[in-house]
Amino acid sequence: MNVMLIFLAAVAAIIIWWLSGQRLTSKPWLETGSVQLPAHDDTGRQLSPVPAVKLGLFVFLGVVGALFSLAVSAYFMRMASADWWGMPVPRLLWINTAALALSSLALQWARREAQHGRMESLRPALVTGLALAVFFLIGQIQAWRELTAAGYVLTDNPANSFFYMLTGLHGLHILGGLAVLAHTTLRAFSAKVQPDRLQLSVDLSAIYSHFMLAVWLLLFALFAGWANDFVDLCRTLLN
Amino acid sequence: MVEIPSGSIPSAEVEDVELYHPHSWWTKYVFSQDAKIIAVQYSVTAISIGMVALVLSWLMRIQLAFPGALSFIDADHYYQFITMHGMIMVIYLLTALFLGGFGNYLIPLMVGARDMVFPYANMLSYWIYLLAVLILVAGFFAPGGPTGAGWTLYPPQSVLSGTPGGKDWGILLMLSSLIVFIIGFTMGGLNYVVTVLQGRARGMTLMRMPLTVWGIFTATVMALLAFPALFVACVMMMFDRVLGTSFFMPAIVEMGEQLKHGGGSPILFQHLFWFFGHPEVYIVALPAFGIVSDLISTHARKNIFGYRMMVWAIVIIGALSFVVWAHHMYVSGMNPAFGFFFATTTLIIAVPTAIKVYNWVLTLWRGDIHLTLPMLFALAFIVTFVNGGLTGLFLGNVVVDVPLSDTMFVVAHFHMVMGVAPILVIFGAIYHWYPKVTGRMLNETLGQIHFWITFLGTYAIFFPMHYLGLLGVPRRYFEMGETAFVPPSAHTLNVFITVMALIVGAAQIVFLFNLVWSLFRGREAGGNPWRATTLEWQTPQTPPAHGNWGKELPVVYRWAYDYSVPGAAEDFIPQNVPASGGVTREVPA
Repeated sequence: MNVMLIFLAAVAAIIIWWLSGQRLTSKPWLETGSVQLPAHDDTGRQLSPVPAVKLGLFVFLGVVGALFSLAVSAYFMRMASADWWGMPVPRLLWINTAALALSSLALQWARREAQHGRMESLRPALVTGLALAVFFLIGQIQAWRELTAAGYVLTDNPANSFFYMLTGLHGLHILGGLAVLAHTTLRAFSAKVQPDRLQLSVDLSAIYSHFMLAVWLLLFALFAGWANDFVDLCRTLLN
Repeated sequence: MVEIPSGSIPSAEVEDVELYHPHSWWTKYVFSQDAKIIAVQYSVTAISIGMVALVLSWLMRIQLAFPGALSFIDADHYYQFITMHGMIMVIYLLTALFLGGFGNYLIPLMVGARDMVFPYANMLSYWIYLLAVLILVAGFFAPGGPTGAGWTLYPPQSVLSGTPGGKDWGILLMLSSLIVFIIGFTMGGLNYVVTVLQGRARGMTLMRMPLTVWGIFTATVMALLAFPALFVACVMMMFDRVLGTSFFMPAIVEMGEQLKHGGGSPILFQHLFWFFGHPEVYIVALPAFGIVSDLISTHARKNIFGYRMMVWAIVIIGALSFVVWAHHMYVSGMNPAFGFFFATTTLIIAVPTAIKVYNWVLTLWRGDIHLTLPMLFALAFIVTFVNGGLTGLFLGNVVVDVPLSDTMFVVAHFHMVMGVAPILVIFGAIYHWYPKVTGRMLNETLGQIHFWITFLGTYAIFFPMHYLGLLGVPRRYFEMGETAFVPPSAHTLNVFITVMALIVGAAQIVFLFNLVWSLFRGREAGGNPWRATTLEWQTPQTPPAHGNWGKELPVVYRWAYDYSVPGAAEDFIPQNVPASGGVTREVPA
């Protein structure tokens, strides 16, 4: 459960940082009558609060993070048993990783175009991001087929089982993100929608995509066995 | 800081109130996006499924006291009843009712919002919850019946043929139902968290929030982090059962046949399960703590003692509850050094909890206690919770826990602390907020009958169980038979417990009757029958209309506990009343 505890520590740090700005030591019974004004920036303009959907997304990412941390914790705990042997990482995964990274990059580009309200370049950016993410998913399925064909079936070994389960869970999350992204892309192509209306949606898709990329990179490191080297290194350092 | 008269404070922006007028009956009462309707839907569903679990407990008790009296109860059925009773009560009743029911109703009203921030997701959350309940109930009608693995669903037994439902539909339906529940809960949970963060009315700082909101908010954050553990465990067990993987399944011989599984770790499941399971106790307890604080303060006409300490205690309990999970696993064969660590954290958690109990008692001290029904239930809660909590200190110690493991003592402990205690709060809360939900008071006489039978009756049930546990009477046994170590007196006590359980169960019919009868015949309540300070009692209409506040959102000028303020005309000052003299300070954010 170490991975999960590290994740929880990170969440706790964020919560403590946030709580520390909330005047938890104030004495509300002495503060009758005061009303907090909305936050202002230096020039006196009212700051708009973080949009609720964005905050909702961050909380959701916390939940997804917990999910994968727990799955990875289980991976490490199961790994300790004797019947575990690693599985090879198909070359295709490297291509998939590149596709997912480029997809994330394209969405970052889209985010910038949306901020500047440039509709013409926003559309190709969104389509690129969408297409690359679809490519990633197809690539993952292809990787499954290659592995199965090579005899690395689900039930053979816990490493295989974890590989299929974790890539499956990750793929489902990507699929969910794709549905939202596809909706945004369709809206970008309808003539009526103004770029500033799209800005938030593109923003959210980009953040989600970056997060899922980060999760994938960690999972990939796990499958490739680097994580084990890292754990060994930590052990050596501790001893 | 500027001093200006309160009248000139611009109230928060007036939103498009038209948004909140659904036009058809279906969108108003069935597929409603109004958090208040969703709350009622959650509550009705949770209480209905809870009644099923209550009947199951009757059947179990009858079997224990009068073995063979009901011929249809065999060992398999008994285990199925145990499992479904536990799972329904913990997850589908308590979690759903506290967070889905009270969370939905109270959060927007108490923080001065018009609704949850994502009403559509909120509606989906309820329908997905209902789907989860239906999948769960489907287990009763599936071939082989529901799973009988115990509510902890420990593998490998839960997916083997010796356990009812293990090789049939039962375990699959249970796992699917949990997965669906967690998906639905996540949608609702995001709503509760973001609404507290973003939807608060002007002036409603975190430290002015009623403790109810603090409790539900913290519990929701915990649930969002803890439920994924159950989710992962369910998915992995599903893989083991359906696809033949060996995440949890060791090499095993079943009915003389070597199964294909091998090398899996049942302990891994226990870690995942209890990583969810222990926070779950506090997911149920923290909303109860919050609600009971508000009930006590309101009905003792006195500000809550140590408000800041109460808030900190809630947050600290929430944090600590994530590092105590393995105290459920002392006998699992894990490293004994872990036991020491987890025993220590378990005992530490008693400190903030005890602070809360002291503060409740000190709030009552010299208060103007009105023994209304909500107050009676709140008092009953304190006593019950202290009792259940103290036996928790016993069980938190490894050396005491090991001999008591799997005895009736454990059953008595967790029923006191997370069964009866939160349920008492739920009853108190329903008596307290029913007038706001329906506009009518619940009948006082029926309520008194309900309270006294429930309170004294549950003690009659669970107190003797501690004694049975100390005698060594094991839990989970379908029938004691002629066991050498169980004396005949234990059987007599079992009969007594069963009779009391039947009476307490029947008393709940009085409560349900009261709910329905008062809906039509109850005394008109008016807007603020308890003369309470919090915002939900200050709505322009009762029951509040969709959108809660009419044209203008409330502005909050004070904390939630201005009861019996010296020199004030009345013994309560609502949160949206400006400071006397009309002077309002504006503080920069």
